Amino acid sequence: MNRKEIIDIINKFLVEDIEVEPDALKEEAFLKEDLGIDSLDFVDIVVVVEQNFGFKIKPEEMSKVKTLSQFYDYIERKLNAS
Amino acid sequence: MKRVVITGIGIYSCIGVSKEEVRDGLYQGRSGIGIDPSRTEYGYRSPLTGIVPRPDLKESLTRRQRICLPEEGEYAFMATQEALEDACIDTDYLDRNEAGILFGNDSSSKAVIESHEICVAKKDTTLLGSGAIFQSMNSTVTMNLSTIFRLRGINMTISAACASGSHSIGLGALLIRMGLQEMIVCGGAQETNVLSMASFDGLNAFSTRTDQPQKASRPFDKGRDGLVPSGGAATVILEEYEHAVKRGARIYAEVAGYGFSSNGMHISQPSEEGSAKAMALALADASLKPSDIDYINAHATSTVLGDSYEALAIDRIFGKEKTPISSTKGMTGHECWMAGASEVVYTLLMMRDSFIAPNLNLEEPDENSKKLNIIAKTLDRKLDICLSNSFGFGGTNSALILKKI
Repeated sequence: MNRKEIIDIINKFLVEDIEVEPDALKEEAFLKEDLGIDSLDFVDIVVVVEQNFGFKIKPEEMSKVKTLSQFYDYIERKLNAS
Repeated sequence: MKRVVITGIGIYSCIGVSKEEVRDGLYQGRSGIGIDPSRTEYGYRSPLTGIVPRPDLKESLTRRQRICLPEEGEYAFMATQEALEDACIDTDYLDRNEAGILFGNDSSSKAVIESHEICVAKKDTTLLGSGAIFQSMNSTVTMNLSTIFRLRGINMTISAACASGSHSIGLGALLIRMGLQEMIVCGGAQETNVLSMASFDGLNAFSTRTDQPQKASRPFDKGRDGLVPSGGAATVILEEYEHAVKRGARIYAEVAGYGFSSNGMHISQPSEEGSAKAMALALADASLKPSDIDYINAHATSTVLGDSYEALAIDRIFGKEKTPISSTKGMTGHECWMAGASEVVYTLLMMRDSFIAPNLNLEEPDENSKKLNIIAKTLDRKLDICLSNSFGFGGTNSALILKKI
């Protein structure tokens, strides 16, 4: 899976499942402050990542992910490692 | 002691999804019963159920609000939204004033069972999602509605089997009478999904008259073969009388009496003694005589034992008066945790529009019911004071008296 495909999948579930405004999906956007993703939403992101990419996010790794770009990087890194 | 009145009503049920639709259904004697094929597939004896449409809440609620809300919570949201609007209570009022919530609910099966299934398959609780805990707790309705409507008073769920909704109104009335609250959102909610009623069906308690679904629920009728489960939600806005007058609210009726009792006997069998005691206590609480009651909305669910014991209890107290009686469950089926609240709403609609809704499908009363004045066809009648009965598993009994003022 290339980076563009990863970004498309992530953006799709952020809009459809987490109901983030599509216009807010900018690489430099902060997940909490700009996209309004709270601690309960992160619980749901664990579920949709598992459904879409087939692996479990580790909370201690996810706690270092602050921006959307870092989130794309994190997923890409995990997929390439597996 | 303060007086307690009802200033708003909302209803979402198998005979209508608004109070005016429900009013017409009651007047026309319309049945809301149908077949749910998924029940047969799942292993139920009976696929009969009240058919309640799921509301689409995408436009009304945020994602966070929706994913924490189970099926019965969705119905409760719809009924409560209607009741608050009916009472002319908006978000601005609720931000400036304290209102509480007491709702009857006694299960949230779907979320519990689905969470279990995910865990069995994935062996990982972190894949349950964030809504599971808030959907699966018994207090799901009150925890959700109190946050959605920003309620800041009393906040808890009343679990008392099929009398839950009635007790929520009775207990709410007591809190207002004591001066502890000025306004409480009261009601009852009931899920209808295939997972919710399986163990009840397993007691052989449900009608299997599948060739005539709309004739299956037959309270007090000799030819009945069990109850038909149903659900939805009903809400009443309870308010302290002076407070209601001061803000110019329309008053449906006063909650004039609340009587409760527990049979202290069998877990599923009702009791004449316990039912009669609740009614007698409600009359005493309202300082009324049996002859003052214009109509009784019976609990009668269309089971042999339940109907018979209630008939005996009603006859014991109201036998001399031949008070008009009907069980609206012939139309709605048994709305279980919601029934005590929905039947208060049905009774208030009858009081408002001066009619008695029919005891649908009563063709030949059984031995005990013969003594009662059961209204089988819609009757135009002015109603000033009415009594509503609700009884539940574990022998919990509740009777409420509603009085026009």
